[in-house]
Amino acid sequence: MTDHFIEDKSNKVTVSIEGPAQKMDFNDLKSGGFIKQKQKDLFTVRLRCPGGKLTTDKLVEISKLAQKYSKKGVVHLSYRQSLEILYVDYKDFNALVADLEKVGQKVASCGPRVRVPTACGGCEYNPNGLTDTQGLAQMVDEKFFGTPTPHKFKTCFSGCPIDCSRTKEMDLGFQGVVDPVWVEADCTGCTLCAPACKEGAIESDPDTGKPIFDPMKCIYCGDCIRACPTEAWKAGKYGHTVRVGGKHGRHPMEAKEVCKFLPDEKVADAVRMTVEWYNANGKRGERIGTAIERVGLENYLKFMEPVFQNNQSAAAAQG
Amino acid sequence: MSDTDIKTQATLDLRGVLCPINFVKTKLKLETMSPGEVLEVILDSGDPIQNVPKSIKDEGHKIVEVKREGDSFRLKVQRGS
Repeated sequence: MTDHFIEDKSNKVTVSIEGPAQKMDFNDLKSGGFIKQKQKDLFTVRLRCPGGKLTTDKLVEISKLAQKYSKKGVVHLSYRQSLEILYVDYKDFNALVADLEKVGQKVASCGPRVRVPTACGGCEYNPNGLTDTQGLAQMVDEKFFGTPTPHKFKTCFSGCPIDCSRTKEMDLGFQGVVDPVWVEADCTGCTLCAPACKEGAIESDPDTGKPIFDPMKCIYCGDCIRACPTEAWKAGKYGHTVRVGGKHGRHPMEAKEVCKFLPDEKVADAVRMTVEWYNANGKRGERIGTAIERVGLENYLKFMEPVFQNNQSAAAAQG
Repeated sequence: MSDTDIKTQATLDLRGVLCPINFVKTKLKLETMSPGEVLEVILDSGDPIQNVPKSIKDEGHKIVEVKREGDSFRLKVQRGS
């Protein structure tokens, strides 16, 4: 019964993935996105699909390859939005990777490194979306995918405070926000923004109908801006609330909010610097959340100051 | 909004109608009307008043009057072009 398991842990096999044939441990294969299955000689091949978005053309081509290489003709959608081709014989790796390359599809990674970012639809087509989550996921994937880290390093982008991509469970998460700015001259006192705000941050003045805004309750979703019939509520700056140190799994941790309004152009710096801090401070096999608990959040924040400073909401900056 | 009574060409009472059916009914009604004509809709507080006005705006129509009546809202919506 344990035949395949013993083979998984100890047997070396001769396979060639890029370059000449070489001795390779099954565990090493994980770095390339090849994941050992229960079944003898069969692997799951995880594809690299940042933000879970694929063109239909590419999907058709991948589908043909899955048909050709999956012994059971099945794919699985991974928990991080990437397609996985199941039941692939390791002897076919070379041919499959070459065929995937022809249609412009790369293989993902596993193990201790920066993983493929996940993202919701974002501002391109989701009415709630405030930020270009898909574009940013692409950017982070291009710049940082595969960078070695002490343990896995997961990033994600949510376009609004509904947070479908779950920034609170990521090693580093970016959640879209918008700072609402009220212009009295454009307000007719219609009172619509008060019920439109799901957070109770806006009350209507009983006499004038004009909003009384409580910035402490605001979560920067932009519902008031979208509901206002006369554009009296305007979008101030857009940005990302940054959360670090979250994870799910056996011992979940909630990420800590470390920046309220990070602009788009600083997202790459935030990833680069956080990975740098993690590599300098994290122990092997330790997620960044645990490293931050051990070393101290202050240490991380001090290191990140050049990136995170002056990135508050307008209301918080005044107060 | 000012108290000038804006004339309406039609009325939809959407009290008790759930999201997003209330929005769909509003949208379909507006599509039968001409640009510039005004539809009055009555919406419940809670989810309907939180969601329907945003969607009406996204579709390019204009909310020209809002009146609160107890637990519901009376909106006048001008059809966009």
